[in-house]
Amino acid sequence: MVEGRGFFARLVRLYLPLAVCLVVMLFPFYWMLITSIKPNRELYSAKIMPLIVYQPTLKHYYDLFADTNFLLWTYNTMLVAVVTTVVSLVLGAMVAYPLARLNFPGAAVVAIGVAATYLVPQPLLFIPMADIINRLELGNTLRAVMLTYPTLLIPFCAWLLMGYFKSVPRELEEAARIDGASRFQAMWRVVLPLTTPGLLSAGIFAFTLAQNEFLYALIFLAKSDVRTVPVGAITELIRGDVFYWGQLMAAALLGSIPVAVIYSFFVDYYVAGLTAGSVKS
Amino acid sequence: MAVRPEPFARSTAISGRALSRRGLLEREGIFSWLMLAPGVLFLLAFVAYPFFYGIWLSLQQRQVSQAGTFVGLANFVTLYHDAVFWQVTGNTFIYVVVTTVLKLTGGLAMALVINQHFRARNLVRAALLLPFIVPTILSTVAWMWIFDPTFSVINWLLVHAGMIREGFSWLGNKTLAMVSIIIVNTWRGIPFYGITLLAGLQTISPDLYEAAAIDGASVGQRFRHVTLPIIKPIVIIVTMFSVIFTFSDFQIVYALTHGGPANATQVFVTYAFDLGMSGGQLGMGAAAALAMLPALALLIVGLTLYLRRE
Repeated sequence: MVEGRGFFARLVRLYLPLAVCLVVMLFPFYWMLITSIKPNRELYSAKIMPLIVYQPTLKHYYDLFADTNFLLWTYNTMLVAVVTTVVSLVLGAMVAYPLARLNFPGAAVVAIGVAATYLVPQPLLFIPMADIINRLELGNTLRAVMLTYPTLLIPFCAWLLMGYFKSVPRELEEAARIDGASRFQAMWRVVLPLTTPGLLSAGIFAFTLAQNEFLYALIFLAKSDVRTVPVGAITELIRGDVFYWGQLMAAALLGSIPVAVIYSFFVDYYVAGLTAGSVKS
Repeated sequence: MAVRPEPFARSTAISGRALSRRGLLEREGIFSWLMLAPGVLFLLAFVAYPFFYGIWLSLQQRQVSQAGTFVGLANFVTLYHDAVFWQVTGNTFIYVVVTTVLKLTGGLAMALVINQHFRARNLVRAALLLPFIVPTILSTVAWMWIFDPTFSVINWLLVHAGMIREGFSWLGNKTLAMVSIIIVNTWRGIPFYGITLLAGLQTISPDLYEAAAIDGASVGQRFRHVTLPIIKPIVIIVTMFSVIFTFSDFQIVYALTHGGPANATQVFVTYAFDLGMSGGQLGMGAAAALAMLPALALLIVGLTLYLRRE
């Protein structure tokens, strides 16, 4: 759509809006970073120009590790995210495969059910779920969130993978079946290898969703040693009216880095997962 | 599900050995249901059951760790006569409508900008999506500091640009608190719209624009008559998804304002959380959460039908 009228046209159409987008979208991360390395006398001074840091310090990071369970929170967050991602991916694929490729009685009902569970939001479920987890005596255990996160992730994985499973030509599977492969072998050896990108998309997406989950973690994890990073940061670095801003920012930055790094390796799969639902190829 | 022709495979699978174990596993219906069972049972136990249990809870007067008593629709009647409930409904409505309009226009603008050719486009796209992938609570923590009453960087910039004399109390003022949660939700959501709409724009063949240009269409006309009709289905789906998720947003409001000041930013989910979790009135909280079901159900049914039609 660009009709080049030299640099000026490109400046107005591309570089300026692009710069605005980048600054607005990335400024909060910059702010996290420089706040986390400012000494308190710079943080809490109304006189000093706040946009840069004059005497950087790692004190807030040191305090975060020394005074809180941050490392344990990180371990909890990772453990829960990995376990729930794997479980959801496996169960999601097992639901998606027959829905996408086989004829069986009840298929339509299951398909609608999966779509509905994907769209029924967590806020409708968290209060009854709190009571259920209580009765199962799972409060303050990581099992509570490992059990509840897949309720959000399985429908999502299933729904995303259905599209990928449908895209594999039936002839490939039929050829394998004629050669004597069982239904399971046809799925395992023929269809799944061809849908690896879909499995990666669903996996990376589920992982970031699991890292982002907050409501169930907030309700179920009330003891410091079972908390995840978001819950730990918001409950223990804000005490009453006292905000430990330096440590809060250090925790926010360190908590964001694992997701951002993993995301950066799989950006294309993530974007594919994001758009698979809305863009028909 | 569409009915598909089922060639050779079925006859070979069934004939003769239908009663052997392998034969049973090869039956389409049995294989399918064996695969489905774990996932479906899990969803029945942890989505369907809590959903109906929530309806049952909403009909009870029920404190945490006490037996409940059945009170019929009394909880809903109480909510109906509660001014705060209607304030919450209004707040949620404003929050959803304003953020959706901003995210849609902002996202479309972002998509149109990135859809041009320039170096490092993939890198820019990846960077612009960061607000959407970083855990919401953690980025909201940065925004809490950006909106700090004393040390807000926005205030600092506005004061030093000579636009205001004294800084705003972003989260302490009723209107500004609503503006603040809208800003953060919009900031986080624009990349979602931007990147999905970009994917839609990239499916449009350049030939169409050329043909339109040859016919003398202006840039605006090409946007209206070529771009918009093609990306319309994507816009609808993305918007409906986003509306459902904004409707049920909890994290941003909980972290930034806790619904305050004086319930000015209280939305359905934070309200239900306050009643059910902080206040320990499970029945009342469940009723407040269910009160958003009619609007949500309309959206969910609409979206499900639309997706299945596609």
